[in-house]
Amino acid sequence: MSLCELRHGQYATIDNISDESLRVQLLRFGITCGSKVRCHCKLPFGPVVLKFGAQEIALGRDIARQVAILPLA
Amino acid sequence: MSHSCCGAVACATSGQRKIVLVGNPNVGKSIFFSSWSGIYADVSNFPGTTVEISSGKIGEDVLLDTPGVYGVSSFNDEERVARDVILTADVADNVVDATHLERDLFLTLQLVDMGIPMVVALNFCDEAESLGIRIDARKLEDQLGVPVIPTAAVKNSGIKEVFAALPLARPGLCHPEVDQAVTRLLDRIDTRPEALMVLEGDEVVAERHGVDPEKDRERVYLLRRQKANEIVAATVTRPEKSARLRDLLGRLCLHPASGLLILLAVLWGCYELIGVWVAGDIVGLTEETIMQGHWEPWIRGLVNPIVSESSILGQILIGEFGVLTMTITYLLGLLLPLVIGFYVALSILEDSGYLPRLATFVDRLMTGIGLNGRAVIPMILGFGCVQLGTITTRILGSKRERTIATSILNFVIPCSAQIGVIAGMLAAVGFALSMTYVAIIFACLAVIGTVLNKVIPGKSSALLIDLPPMRMPRPANVLRKTLIRSFFFMKEAYIWFFAGSLGVSLLQVTGGLRAWQELVAPLTEGWLHLPREAATAFVMGMVRRDFGAAGLTDLALSPWQVVVSLVVITLFVPCIASLMILFKERGVKEAATVWLGAWVLAFSVGGILAQIVL
Repeated sequence: MSLCELRHGQYATIDNISDESLRVQLLRFGITCGSKVRCHCKLPFGPVVLKFGAQEIALGRDIARQVAILPLA
Repeated sequence: MSHSCCGAVACATSGQRKIVLVGNPNVGKSIFFSSWSGIYADVSNFPGTTVEISSGKIGEDVLLDTPGVYGVSSFNDEERVARDVILTADVADNVVDATHLERDLFLTLQLVDMGIPMVVALNFCDEAESLGIRIDARKLEDQLGVPVIPTAAVKNSGIKEVFAALPLARPGLCHPEVDQAVTRLLDRIDTRPEALMVLEGDEVVAERHGVDPEKDRERVYLLRRQKANEIVAATVTRPEKSARLRDLLGRLCLHPASGLLILLAVLWGCYELIGVWVAGDIVGLTEETIMQGHWEPWIRGLVNPIVSESSILGQILIGEFGVLTMTITYLLGLLLPLVIGFYVALSILEDSGYLPRLATFVDRLMTGIGLNGRAVIPMILGFGCVQLGTITTRILGSKRERTIATSILNFVIPCSAQIGVIAGMLAAVGFALSMTYVAIIFACLAVIGTVLNKVIPGKSSALLIDLPPMRMPRPANVLRKTLIRSFFFMKEAYIWFFAGSLGVSLLQVTGGLRAWQELVAPLTEGWLHLPREAATAFVMGMVRRDFGAAGLTDLALSPWQVVVSLVVITLFVPCIASLMILFKERGVKEAATVWLGAWVLAFSVGGILAQIVL
């Protein structure tokens, strides 16, 4: 399951980010495999905005698709 | 290479120290810069508007400001610029956002691993406090091994203390594993910061030293991230609930329905401020009452006894297009108020944190024309000044995106001065025709973007952006930015105005203007159905675009003629100053294509419209 499929307000842990450059860029923001994130909002066909800690990060659809997640109830 | 001076950046001769301000975007570095050096630096609440490096002097030492970055590496141009400045730093002042410590500490720890003597300014302490975030600065200092000073830079608190602490700057506590790996490289690479870059796989720095980049980036980053998280866990206490109002406001900007409403409200506000109030009331006062009513008769009365207005020199000085009459009136009566109005609006949007949310909001639309939401920044700046927008396309991720963005900027985006004149003229033709104009320009934008996206090979990068908290813009900061930006803009712009009107005056006294009007008369009258004097506006438009637009205000045009002429003038070639920047940024071939293409586009679209409606 990818970040794109996360619903508004839903929590998930990051499972796998296949692209190395994307992986290290997200690492700098504080998102690593195992991080718990919340879908802050989602624009129709557009970016997914994640909230974790006090931070908000917007990921374009193409990037969000490359981030595999495990949804939390 | 790494030890030579870095281009435009001020050189530090031996004996001088280089003090470098480093931090994530929007942490307030520029406030430190301007208050220490006394020289202005742009302060903005948007990632990516400071591409240039500002430099100033503190006594014997050189102070350098760097673009906001999340880490030292080479993911984009800004990072490459920041990296090269940081690598030569003698002392670093790392400014961090107290409300965003887990993000900011990554860069801090990277600087610590570089072994650069540093102090940390823990900024936004006032805001952290009001959010209920408590940070143990003493403990943070122990964990990092460098001085940490709480500050609230916008309130001018703590800035002097950080300055006073600069002599106490020292290298921090390096991660032991990273330390070992870096030390191993030191026999091949002379400085520690560069060795760390090579360890983290930076190809450019590795090549400078003739070594292969190591492959340890991810391992080092992970260690650093873990340490950052540990430090945050040990020093920061957060309240259970975060600030609800700002959160809600931030989310409303992104929600499809409310986001659109907010966008429309913002656009309407800008239109009321710039289009109606400034372009109407203020310009009415400054241009007509003050400049044309008082200045022009006065200067004519002063010059006339010495140089007759009917002589050639008189024409050039105080004639219809005279440098002392029309140029001064346009510059001070028309352009200046409009530019100030535009910068006030832009500064408010920047400081509020709305811009990155706008980038996210429009991302989907931008991907359709081969850009991502970040491209909204150069576009918006382009509405201020196309030159500024063109330079800012450097923040875009790939050459392909830069080409698309600069083309759109130079083909269809009217600059603030031009918008002011256009808005003024549109106000007279009513809502329906104004919307027709807007729709035509948008259609051109969509077509150009779509075609370029199809034609140019490769793939554009996707959006990845940090959304800063929504903040109430501070009037003093907005005012300061507006005044300085307007000043710099006018300083850049005025010479082209004088050159332009001088050129037109010369054309007029030599009969060249009439010849030009005759020459393009078939085009102006037959094809565009406009009075032949409109051709003068096109000549002026090549010099400065708003000159072109302003040249139309004096003509007696029917409402549809206004729309046609505005379409032509909007799509027409960029001004000389923008053309120079375009050459510099994108090369001769691309610039020439855009310039010639603009002729074709402007006259084709304008002509087709004229054939239909006139």
